[in-house]
Parts: sequence; structure tokens; C-alpha cells
Amino acid sequence: MRRSFFPIIFVIAGLLAIWYAAVVPMNIKMALTAAERNGFVVTPVGAKERRDRSAMLLVVQNTFAIKETFALERPRLPAPHQVAAELWDSTINKKITSKRSLVFHGWITLSSTLLGFAIGTGLGILLAIGIVYNRAMDMSVMPWAIASQTIPILAIAPMIIVVFNSVGLQGIFPKAIISAYLSFFPVVVGMVKGLRSPDQMHLDLLKTYNASSTAGFWKLRLPSSMPYLFASLKIGIAASLVGAIVGELPTGAVRGLGARLLSGSYYGQTIQIWSALLGAALLAATLVALISLVQRLTLNRMGML
Amino acid sequence: MSRDSVIEARSLNLTFATNDGPVHALSDVNLTINKGDFVSFIGPSGCGKTTFLRALAALEKPTSGTIRVNGLTPDEARQKRAYGYVFQHAGLYPWRTIAGNIKLPLEIMGFSKSEQLRRTDEVLRLVELEDFSKKYPWQLSGGMQQRASIARALAFDAELLLMDEPFGALDEIVRDHLNEQLLELWQRTDKTICFVTHSIPEAVYLSTKIVVMSPRPGRISDVIESPLLAERPLEIRDSPEFIEIAQRVREGLRAGHGSE
Ligand SMILES: Nc1ncnc2c1ncn2[C@@H]1O[C@H](COP(=O)(O)OP(=O)(O)OP(=O)(O)O)[C@@H](O)[C@H]1O
Ligand SMILES: [Mg+2]
Repeated sequence: MRRSFFPIIFVIAGLLAIWYAAVVPMNIKMALTAAERNGFVVTPVGAKERRDRSAMLLVVQNTFAIKETFALERPRLPAPHQVAAELWDSTINKKITSKRSLVFHGWITLSSTLLGFAIGTGLGILLAIGIVYNRAMDMSVMPWAIASQTIPILAIAPMIIVVFNSVGLQGIFPKAIISAYLSFFPVVVGMVKGLRSPDQMHLDLLKTYNASSTAGFWKLRLPSSMPYLFASLKIGIAASLVGAIVGELPTGAVRGLGARLLSGSYYGQTIQIWSALLGAALLAATLVALISLVQRLTLNRMGML
Repeated sequence: MSRDSVIEARSLNLTFATNDGPVHALSDVNLTINKGDFVSFIGPSGCGKTTFLRALAALEKPTSGTIRVNGLTPDEARQKRAYGYVFQHAGLYPWRTIAGNIKLPLEIMGFSKSEQLRRTDEVLRLVELEDFSKKYPWQLSGGMQQRASIARALAFDAELLLMDEPFGALDEIVRDHLNEQLLELWQRTDKTICFVTHSIPEAVYLSTKIVVMSPRPGRISDVIESPLLAERPLEIRDSPEFIEIAQRVREGLRAGHGSE
């Protein structure tokens, strides 16, 4: 723990430094326009004059405005502390039932993420079992699974939403289907590899016991596949979250992290967009960390750690 | 076929089709093994020892010829769970404890919970691993793992044991000790054992019958019935009879090489 602490801090500090450094040139033109409106003398005078100037040059010529670039209301690129403040405000200071609470929107997205992840994982495991045990499925399923992943999700998501809407299904379920669509694939690939991972000697051993293929599944193939399954689940849960967010975009949903991104971009609320993005990233990190924890516990119990 | 013969192989041929053409792993093998025999198979690498054992266990299908195990085909014998097989590498399941590994065949064969426990305890004591039952395979030395895999093969009490170089990777001292234990077990239980080895002293020390094999094509070049008594202290390896048999095995091996 202690050993990994400093490298992590170091990397985060580096990223923050780059972020802050980028804020200044990104926002300088807006900051100068605002300053000029408030009666400051800006070189060169007039927004039109400045439009084609290099941002770096403007920063050098107007060092007084650097401070302003970190405090704009609708910056092109919000500074980290602005995003942090917004995150704090919209999670801690708002009632979680409020439409302005990020926790509320996060929960909406999380619930369809989890439902979709459960469906996708279940489907993925079943398909993998089919592929490993059935020759016809072995030959036929994988090409379709691969093909399904080459279709851009942004193209297919609206169709899924519309189709489900037309049969009266709204809200969590269509979004969960998109999550499942994205998350079943890594599970299929990982589980097929995992179920096929036992070496020949372990398989021969079962044969000398005249074991049934059911016994072979429960006592050999399934336990051997566990490390592969967990690796897939980590990819799958992150894909599920992306699926749920994407599922919220095309309908102009009013609830969920995707809706926050969408409304933020309608109204130029960059801080809101960034805080929703960061919120989604934190959620993804938490989910992956949870799966890692379950993985540790499971593999530890199996004596494989 | 004599009444108490456990294994009968008649004009056995086994050819593997490979990319570089056929490999004659076994060519015209004839062998009878009687109940209670301890048979060692010895011969240079690639002479078909493993292939023969696997054919007995129905893990490999002969190209021609017949095998009878207790009067049945190998596959029927396999379905009757007539033998325990010890692989060259211990092959324990890493997610099961030592006791869990030994229970594996018992679970599959449907023994009751209490019977599973009783038998696991019994064979663990037999191979002196009772203190390690809750450990995982990686927590044991190579020799201990190999003992556990022998215990696993003994757990369901098959009359016939097929052992493919079980002590191949072990040092001399551990090997001597395990040889003594194995011999003692064999004397006590009246099992029939087929045992593959590369070591002449090991073969002579353990066996009632030594099958010398030679390669390309894999075949039996000599079968030596040992006149040694069943009771064999380790010191017997310095006796004139022992040295004489070892000499004959060595000649058999050399002859097999010379005919190439
Ligand atoms: N599955 C297989 N496919 C093709 N050839 C094989 C196969 N198994 C064994 N062989 C070949 O058959 C021959 C006999 O192999 P086998 O494993 O029985 O030898 P062995 O006497 O056990 O040797 P070693 O002492 O090295 O274990 C070898 O030439 C080997 O290359
Ligand atoms: Mg071999």
C-alpha cells in the first residue's frame, strides 16, 4: 500500500499540473474579452483583433489575466478546482432526490449499468459454455459476436431505444440492453479461453475416473476459468457503464449521467459536463475496484492467490 | 489367457500420424501381467513406455492388436474404474487443498461424505501427509506433491495402479524413501502395479518383472523375471543377485540401441 502511494500521488500531481497549464491558453481569449468589458486595458484591443492571435502570445502580453482564466463561469476548459467544487456541490450539498444532485443521476445510470452487466455476463457465460461444448456453436457464434462489436454503438443505440419504446418499454431496460450488448463480448472471449485452459493432463485425469462432462465442467473447467472470468468482468463493467451513458444520449433523457452531459452541452455548461465526466470515471473506477475485491476474495478462497 | 492375468497385450501396434509421417510408438508388443505383479518399464526416451501405459488406460487407441484388462477392453475397464493412474507430473488441481485433491475421484465416483473423509485420512496417512491435508499444492515440495498424487490414485482402491515415472523429478534420497514406501504398500495390498522409470536400480529394486523396451519402432526387447524375494531392504542393492539383474537390464538396453 505504502509503496504504491507515492507513485500514484506523483502521477496525479503531474496530470493536474498539465491540466492547469492547459487551462490558461484555452481560456485566455474569453478571459480577455471579459476583462475588456470590465474596463481593463488589454493588448491588443478588441476581440476581433485577438481572434487569430496565438493563445500563447496573448498570455505573454496579458499576464494580469492569467488569474481570470481559472475563474470563468463557462470556460472552454474548466480548471480542476472548479470541477471539484461543482462535484462537491452537486453531490454533497444537494438532496439526493433532487434533479440537480449528481448522486441522483449517478444512481440512474448505475442501476441500468448493473442490470445490463448482469444480463451481459449471464449471456456471455452461457454463450461461452455453448461454444466450448457444442461444435456447431463453436463454428457459428464467434463470428457473429465479433461482428456485433464492429457496429458503432452510437449507431445502434438509438435503434434499440426506439424499438423498445415502440413496444412500451422505457427507462432502465433499453439502456440495460445496450450495456449488455457491450459487456457480453469480453465475457464470451474470456470465458471461452478460461473454459479451454485446463491442460491435457488434468482432462485425462478426469477421463481415468470416467467422469461425466457435467463433473468435468464443475470440477475442472469452471474453476480453471475463474482468473479469465474476472479479467473479462473488469472490462465488461466499464463497457456497461459506457453503454448506459450512451443509451441516455439519443432520447434526450432528463435523468442519468448521460443526460447531464447532454444538458451541459446544450447550455454550454462546461463545468457541469466535466463534473459529470469525472463522476462517471469515478463510478467506473469504483466498480472495477469492487470487482477486483471480489476477485481477490474468490481466488484467495480457491488458494490461487 | 491364464486365470489370474490382469493385463494381456497381443500383437499390439500403435502408430501416431504426425506431420512428418507416421511414428511407430508401439510395434508388435506382447505382454502378460499377472495379478500382484510389480512390473517396471524401462527404456530410452521415446520408446513408447508412456504410450503403452496410456493405451492400457484407454487414453490412446491401438492401431491394431488387442489389450485385455481384467478380461475387458481398456475402455470397459476405464468405465469400471479398474485402475488408478499416476501421471509423470503430479497434476494436482491448484484450487484444491491436498485433501480436496484426494477427494476429487471420490466425489466423482459418488462415495458418501463420511466415506470420502475416511478414505482421504487413510491414504494421507499412508503417504505420510496427514499434517498437510489443508495445504494447497504450491505450498508443498515436489516430492510431497508426487506423494499426494499417488494418494489420490490410491484413494478409490483400484486393483491396478499405472504409474508413469512418478519419481522422475526427485532427488536420490527422496526417491529411495518413496521407493521403500511404495514397495511396502504393494506388499501390504496385493495390488498390481505398472511402473515406468528411467533408473535401472529403481526398476530392479521394485519389480517382480522388468520390461526392457527399445525405440524406433517402440518394442519390447527383453522381459526379466526377478528372482529377488518380496522382502527387500534398501541394502539389497549391493547383493550379487541384484547386480546381476541390473547387468542384464543394462545389456537389454544396450542391445536395443545397437539394433538401430
Ligand atoms: N500424441 C502424440 N502424437 C504424435 N506422436 C506421439 C504422441 N505421443 C507420443 N508420440 C511419439 O511416440 C513415441 C513414443 O512416445 P512415448 O511418450 O510413449 O515415449 P516414452 O517412452 O514415454 O518416452 P519418455 O521416456 O521420454 O517419457 C515418441 O517418438 C513420441 O514422439
Ligand atoms: Mg513418457
